Amino acid sequence: MINAGAVVWAEGAPVLQEVMPATGVFSLIWLLIALPLFGAAVLLLGGRHTNKWGPYLGVLTVFGSAVIAVLMLLGLMARGAEERSIGQSLFTWVFAGRFEVNMAFQLDQLSLVFVLLITIVGTLIHIYSLGYMSHDPDKRKFFGYLNLFVGAMLLLVLANNYLLLYVGWEGVGLASYLLIGFWQIKPTAAAAAKKAFIINRVGDVGLSIAIMVIFVTFGSVTFSDVFGQAGSANEGTLTAIGLLLLLAAAGKSAQFPLQAWLLDAMEGPTPVSALIHAATMVTAGVYLIARSNAIYDRAVWAATAVVVVGLITIFMGAIIGSAKDDIKKSLAGSTMSQIGYMIMAVGLGPIGYVFAIFHLLTHGVFKAGLFLGAGSVMHGMKDQVNMRRYGALRAAMVVTFVTFMAGYLAIIGIPPFSGFWSKDEIIHAAFERSPIIGGLAILAAGITGFYMTRMVAMTFFGKARWEDDVHPHESPAVMTIPLIILAIGSTFLGMALLFWGNIETWLEPVVGFATAKSPISTTTTIALSLAFVIVGAVIGWISYARREVPIVAPRGSWLTRAARQDLYGDAVNESLVVRPSFLLSRVLIWFDSRVVDGIVNGSAAIVGGSSGRLRRYQSGFARSYALSMVGGAVFVLLALVLVRLS
Amino acid sequence: MTAASMSVQALVGRFATDTPFELPVIDYRLLMPILIILGAGVVSVVIEAFAPRRARRPLQLILVLGSLVAAFIAVVGLAGTQTTTAAGSIAVDGPALVMQGAILVIALLGGLLMAERMVDPSGDAFAPRASALPGSDDERQFAARGYLQTEVWPLFLFAVGGMLLFPASNDLLIMFVALEVMSLPLYLLAGLARRRRLLSQEAAMKYFLLGAFSSAFFLYGAALIYGYAGSVDLPVIAAQLSGKPSESAIVLIGLGMLLVGLLFKIGAVPFHQWTPDVYQGAPTAVTGFMAATVKIAAFGALFRVLYVAFGGMRWDWAPMMWIVAILTMLIGSIIAITQTDIKRMLAYSSIAQAGFILVGLIAASPAGLAGAMFYLIAYGFTTIGAFAVITMVRDGNGEATHLSKWAGLGKKSPLVATLFSVFMLSLAGIPLTSGFIGKFSVFTAAIEAGAGWLVIVAVVASLIAAFFYVRVIVLMFFSEPNDQTATVAIPSVFTTIALAAAATITIVLGIVPQPLIELLANADVFVR
Repeated sequence: MINAGAVVWAEGAPVLQEVMPATGVFSLIWLLIALPLFGAAVLLLGGRHTNKWGPYLGVLTVFGSAVIAVLMLLGLMARGAEERSIGQSLFTWVFAGRFEVNMAFQLDQLSLVFVLLITIVGTLIHIYSLGYMSHDPDKRKFFGYLNLFVGAMLLLVLANNYLLLYVGWEGVGLASYLLIGFWQIKPTAAAAAKKAFIINRVGDVGLSIAIMVIFVTFGSVTFSDVFGQAGSANEGTLTAIGLLLLLAAAGKSAQFPLQAWLLDAMEGPTPVSALIHAATMVTAGVYLIARSNAIYDRAVWAATAVVVVGLITIFMGAIIGSAKDDIKKSLAGSTMSQIGYMIMAVGLGPIGYVFAIFHLLTHGVFKAGLFLGAGSVMHGMKDQVNMRRYGALRAAMVVTFVTFMAGYLAIIGIPPFSGFWSKDEIIHAAFERSPIIGGLAILAAGITGFYMTRMVAMTFFGKARWEDDVHPHESPAVMTIPLIILAIGSTFLGMALLFWGNIETWLEPVVGFATAKSPISTTTTIALSLAFVIVGAVIGWISYARREVPIVAPRGSWLTRAARQDLYGDAVNESLVVRPSFLLSRVLIWFDSRVVDGIVNGSAAIVGGSSGRLRRYQSGFARSYALSMVGGAVFVLLALVLVRLS
Repeated sequence: MTAASMSVQALVGRFATDTPFELPVIDYRLLMPILIILGAGVVSVVIEAFAPRRARRPLQLILVLGSLVAAFIAVVGLAGTQTTTAAGSIAVDGPALVMQGAILVIALLGGLLMAERMVDPSGDAFAPRASALPGSDDERQFAARGYLQTEVWPLFLFAVGGMLLFPASNDLLIMFVALEVMSLPLYLLAGLARRRRLLSQEAAMKYFLLGAFSSAFFLYGAALIYGYAGSVDLPVIAAQLSGKPSESAIVLIGLGMLLVGLLFKIGAVPFHQWTPDVYQGAPTAVTGFMAATVKIAAFGALFRVLYVAFGGMRWDWAPMMWIVAILTMLIGSIIAITQTDIKRMLAYSSIAQAGFILVGLIAASPAGLAGAMFYLIAYGFTTIGAFAVITMVRDGNGEATHLSKWAGLGKKSPLVATLFSVFMLSLAGIPLTSGFIGKFSVFTAAIEAGAGWLVIVAVVASLIAAFFYVRVIVLMFFSEPNDQTATVAIPSVFTTIALAAAATITIVLGIVPQPLIELLANADVFVR
């Protein structure tokens, strides 16, 4: 009998799986990663010669990986549950003393579902990009970066140790950065790329310190060693590791308080938003925490922090999504919110891991579909992103409309669409932990109903509010076919995974599983959440489909205004991080060279070539430098003496 | 007071019982690398004096490159040696040989950069005649006649000779001599820039004055330590420290003064202020050469002094070094953010890097030493590569070092901009570059030694540092070229080789660091 609360988590925890040698199709694990990386190398180093056929090569390499991944799925399914963890070691990467890291991969039930998501959705998005980017002069580079991303992301989920995972982690960050800034002509795109990079570095600091603490505690960074010994470490250390990994996850998955970059990241081309900033990379944080379940199961406070961060982000994302008029930013808010659900679920322990991954998979498919749908709308509307300039598009782009509706029904959780199954399981599990968490999760589901209905109503219903020279048209088949496939996924994937794929039993050996004994029954959960969703949707419908939508956004309530400003995420970053560091830098410079009024002036003088002025600046410097050296010497001596005295 | 008088008595006693002078046994085979370079320096002076003007440059180049390669082969031949020679004053051990090998290879790249004369239409990087006043008619005449200053080569060789001796000196006096042999030629080289000569000469002057000042500290410290231990031999000092109580203030003051001299050379805060001015003023090829090699040599000496002689006093110097390391990392990284000149930015970056290497020093373990050596090698190649790129990015007035002129360089010269990005990513410590492995090994060593908080500060500082490294990449690739954007000069084979080697090593050490890590793990013990 499993009681509520965290103390019994060990019961649901998995037993470490034995790692099998890589034979047969599994000897190709390395090829999964190597194919897209090869594509990236050819496209990026090949130069203009590859312009013509390069994009097709890009599609083919990812498709090749997808085929291998499917073969591996069949191979794993043919094996017994205890033989599904497969290791492949290429060579020793770093080996110093007792520190050893191999270039080694681990393919198990968890990494395989990620590999499938990345390669299959990746292939569809590559195909879609053939149409979407067809007129872009830098198309080849775009596909090169996309391939680089896929390779790095596969490395991230296939690594068998934290250090190699970190390499993939930085790699996807780099690719994401290059792709956000792809349209570098727009200064906003370059700024957004920089912001994403910097905020992600904050998260990366958490990961790198976590890895070092892990190494010092366990003497290894390999997953199997670390998780095998997790029981022997004290809880304080595990909590520290857990919180540091959470910081990393928050950076990569745009969770509070590192969420601000994701909205700006929408400056990138839409296929990028779909692949990287909705389906795959932003879920890396969920992967990291689920993979480290052995640590979180033994660090209750760290897991609680995970739940709190997830809950806060669910609401922040939903509120931002409700206020934005830019269709992509509204979807980005929704992504934050949905990943918040996953993060919250992984914080719940063995009752949540499986469903977090389940929701991650369904979300990856339906959100990719929604983003590509938004891209298709933009394609037909001359890159207009303002939903106040859409309206009544359902007749003009039928395929886009129908596929978008599949995604819409999936995300708000209407049965039998895929989001319903996964989100409901999370809400049900949340109720076991606490009725408050469950209640909040249901409330947020209601808001999801509202903002998604608002989006659909403003885009496809109501009156046409198009700009004068816009003639909406359906996108070419190369774009609509991926939309159709993703829409089919949005509709059936949930049922397929739950009833046919038995996702709980599939993932249990890796992340553990315990059934939720909620204070309320499954039926009640479903009824409650459906009621909230429908109320939200009706409010959205009445406000945005029945009523006229003004072309200029009304002032709105304080909450709307705050949400339009990303809930002041930038202002907070600016005042807490950016301004103090620049101030500090200036103070230090002043201190460092009090003779001049700033190094910048000095440099300006050098560039101006005004050597007379320069000489005036520089003479006398040596004297004050010497003085500060004396000060330094005094400091060194005092420090030595004080240490001795103490 | 009492302590001082006690040691004066000790001193007097020692003089009374002094042993008769013995001629030291010198194993010349062990000193071969140093002797080759210093010998080549002497030959180089002779060439300057007697060879006809036209023949000097080719002769010097053959001599310099040949002697560097020969010395490197000699170092490799000594691999595995673990002994001292010249009456114990010079150590030939793992760390010394590793540092010497690294210095020689980097000096080879530095020599190639200094030999370049294609990128500047008016000649090489050096003033046609150092004696001509800047801006005078003489200078214009010399320039017009196409004079080249081949005196840079003997100076270069003597500097390298000093650098080889510095990390190998097992004796404070030899160390001081090495310090001066290394530094004096560098002061001169820093003042020989062909362009912006005033800036260059002022940098040289400043470097000389402050360098002399710091040498005085070092010498005074050596004297005080001699006063305490009765010897300048590092192992003897260690024996004295463990043999008798080290309460004496003279030891602390002596150690402090030695450290001032050494910390000045590595550019640690608060002895860093010369770095940006000198890095900016010196000819870029020289900056790249000395930024890389002086740091290796000086860290070698610092490690040897603290590990061999003062290892027993670790609890005295470690807290002070903690503060120095933290200040160095943070101040270097933070000030670099607002720099607008790329050479100054790299100068502050080199200060920050010194701080990261100090983290390895504080670990006070073989792993810390091995990690720091890896870091130094990685840093050395990356740095010289970065400066090699700077020599090529030019506009009408010579090198275009203002950052605004680098905007859009990625569009105009994607290959060069990509190489520079690789160097920047390595300095920022991004995985799959040598810089990442360096940071990782140093930080892990420090954590193992219980310096967890220091590593947290270090990681935060490396986060701040990543900002300005990446800013250059953003500037190059994410902005459009304008009429201010510099052009990349097509270099001769010299710079091309240096740049290709630096980039290759930076990437290879990031992907397959294993051979070097193993080599260093076998060379992480000082001879005592």
